[in-house]
Amino acid sequence: MASIERHDYDVVVIGAGGAGLRAAIAAAEEGARTALVCKSLLGKAHTVMAEGGVAAALGNVAPDDNWRVHFQDTMFGGKYLNNWHMAELHAKEAPDRVRELEQWGGVFDRTPDRKMSQRAFGGHTHRRLVHIGDRTGLELLRTLQDKAVHSGIDVFMECTITRLLKEGERVCGAVGYRRADGNFVTFGSGALVLATGGAGKCWRITSNSWECTGDGYGLAFGAGADLIDMEFVQFHPTGMVWPPGVVGLLVTEAVRGEGGILRNSTGERFMERYDPKRLELSTRDVVARAIFTEVKEGRGSPHGGVFLDVSHLPADTVRRKLPSMYDQFMELAGVDITRGPMEVGPTCHYFMGGIRVNAETGASSVPGLFATGECSGGMNGANRLGGNSLSDLLVFGRRAGQGAAHDAADRGAPQLDDAQIEDAIGEMTRYRSGPGTEDPYALHAELQATMQSDVGIFRDEAGLSDAVEHLDGLARRAASVRAAVAKREYNPGWHLCRDLQNMLIVSRAVARAALLRHESRGAHSRLDFPAYDDYWSEHNVVVCKDGDGVRLEPQPVPKTRDLIPLVEQRKEAERT
Amino acid sequence: MSTRTLQLWRGDASGGELVGYEIEAETGMVVLDAVLAIQRSQAKDLAVRWNCKAAKCGSCSAEINGRPRLMCKTRLDHLPEHEPITVEPLKAFPVIRDLVTDVSWNYEVNKRIPPFTPRRDVEWSIGQDDVDRMSEFRKCIECFLCQDVCHILRDHHLHQSYFGPRFLVRIASLEMHPLDTADRTGLVTDEGGLGLCNITKCCSEVCPESIHITDNAIIPLKERVVDRRYDPLIKLLRRRRRR
Repeated sequence: MASIERHDYDVVVIGAGGAGLRAAIAAAEEGARTALVCKSLLGKAHTVMAEGGVAAALGNVAPDDNWRVHFQDTMFGGKYLNNWHMAELHAKEAPDRVRELEQWGGVFDRTPDRKMSQRAFGGHTHRRLVHIGDRTGLELLRTLQDKAVHSGIDVFMECTITRLLKEGERVCGAVGYRRADGNFVTFGSGALVLATGGAGKCWRITSNSWECTGDGYGLAFGAGADLIDMEFVQFHPTGMVWPPGVVGLLVTEAVRGEGGILRNSTGERFMERYDPKRLELSTRDVVARAIFTEVKEGRGSPHGGVFLDVSHLPADTVRRKLPSMYDQFMELAGVDITRGPMEVGPTCHYFMGGIRVNAETGASSVPGLFATGECSGGMNGANRLGGNSLSDLLVFGRRAGQGAAHDAADRGAPQLDDAQIEDAIGEMTRYRSGPGTEDPYALHAELQATMQSDVGIFRDEAGLSDAVEHLDGLARRAASVRAAVAKREYNPGWHLCRDLQNMLIVSRAVARAALLRHESRGAHSRLDFPAYDDYWSEHNVVVCKDGDGVRLEPQPVPKTRDLIPLVEQRKEAERT
Repeated sequence: MSTRTLQLWRGDASGGELVGYEIEAETGMVVLDAVLAIQRSQAKDLAVRWNCKAAKCGSCSAEINGRPRLMCKTRLDHLPEHEPITVEPLKAFPVIRDLVTDVSWNYEVNKRIPPFTPRRDVEWSIGQDDVDRMSEFRKCIECFLCQDVCHILRDHHLHQSYFGPRFLVRIASLEMHPLDTADRTGLVTDEGGLGLCNITKCCSEVCPESIHITDNAIIPLKERVVDRRYDPLIKLLRRRRRR
């Protein structure tokens, strides 16, 4: 292994979105020699797609707001499956994390008395989201990026990690390749933080970028770490379904708020059958279920959605109240929404589940391995509130960075096991020049088709069972996947071979956890179990590695005794 | 559906050429869709950099029909219908492979800019007018199209003595922060090569975020440098202080 590039650090952070950047900054502040490794260029991560804001109970606009209300909102939004202590720490620490961003140069919209302004958002009792226009994620990412650049962190851009290395039970490093030249690289680490985001690319219709292939879930699971709440994948009911370039792009709920009408291919206002009282302004799960059913029963629009129409409203009103939707459809779809209907359908948005972590340190169930951000699970329970992802990554990114730095302290450079490195490199070499014949692009398309049709926003026993079977078959075929061209340099076909393996681990975990949870709760809707279930209201599904197989274990929701009064108070308020 | 021809630049640092591909163009397809469709079916090793596909990350920069643009924001049907569409890598940076260039120089430049350095022990009070002024610059998605089109980098290759429009914008956003205390006027003049910019405004024209790079960032920076460095009174005071 002498010829392979090797780097040693106290802390290696994988992923450079908001969570990874915040973790790296925290680790460096603790004195750890820190590396940040990411698949793309720095500052391009999916965090840029967050628009609305960062949730933090600052009380700048609503003096009644405080961490207790934010905690209660988060728990109610997560249908009480959240890790209580995580939800508590999140609500308590978010305000300090946001103020800190300002000290690092972040710029946010102001109130008339020159404080950070806060806006209202779904599920939040008070006006709570600190924001800058509709590009808060970019502001947050750029602020963290500039802080990290001046924190003595070494950044390895366009470098994909394919395997975690272990010394006994402990994670002690990683192997990867550089995308530009295909050369392999190894890292020795005192502790390692995963901050790789979600896995929206398992679905055909998604708001996620090519990077969101669940690398952290795959790497952690491969190293023996537990995953939790994997059945909870957030879909938004209205995304664009056409044209191809914008499939999955979000269509704001304000379209329906302004009087938009949903119709199927026969012209019927179908919401009259699903929720005659609230119609289009029913809750998201109901609207999404309705759209799903219409399409599945053959009453969909030409491109597999339904029609959302505001053309009965005065054109001026549409342009005034929905300017960005007007522009979005005019520019990208060539549809004048003042004259004709939009086509919309659900779009895969965010993973509530992920690597099971210790609330205070981000430590996973494997020593030396930490996780934070979307790739960790527990904080958001069965459903995430808007604005809580940016605050989540700030609070727990910092905690995971600190946790890793403390864990790594005083550890010398680890002994990396040549056999493990050779095995990891052998795998990647097989994808270029092995005997395999499966096309990664074709398998990815099949995977997406399966997840889209059977593990979407609405699920049932038959569909999920089919999906599990189909995914098992895809996993067998994926063992002999190979790039069409053997080039090492910036070869996306080769890269996809490895990403595909992670997507398969994630997809199988999601499908199997969804099959096990015999109820509907938050983002998990079972057509065959449409109600809440008492047993499942108290249990998370934990996905564990079991030899070469998978074991699913329902485990009690981690609660905090001191918080029982707050939770009970909120449950009581919802009942009355 | 109509058949469109794309001429994609294929090659690496040692050279390359335009290669033609035909695709069935669906209505509303953007150039990035077409390129990714070619990658899935005809050129499975085609190197292209992209991320958000929503004009928010600035990854898919290229030269489309000779003009620096984002592939995700350029619709096929907005380009001349009966001509092939050429897609080439950025010209101001070295090619890695196909449409991907080595833009690491930009990240090195960024490291040399002193970070935000706030005043200590003051109440954090900022007005919306300050925010609006800085916000225009902070919209930047770092697509580097302005760097690509700037003749100082593109034609004269003065990467060693000029930071380029992107980082003049970055410096302007820091300099205009009401609570910042660092002075970057020396840096921007000496190392940053601010004087090299002769205000041709090409950068502003290609900016996908419509930032008025020249008018709102570069010209005010030039004025600030003149005020600080060449104002006779300040020069005198500075000399006094040194004594």
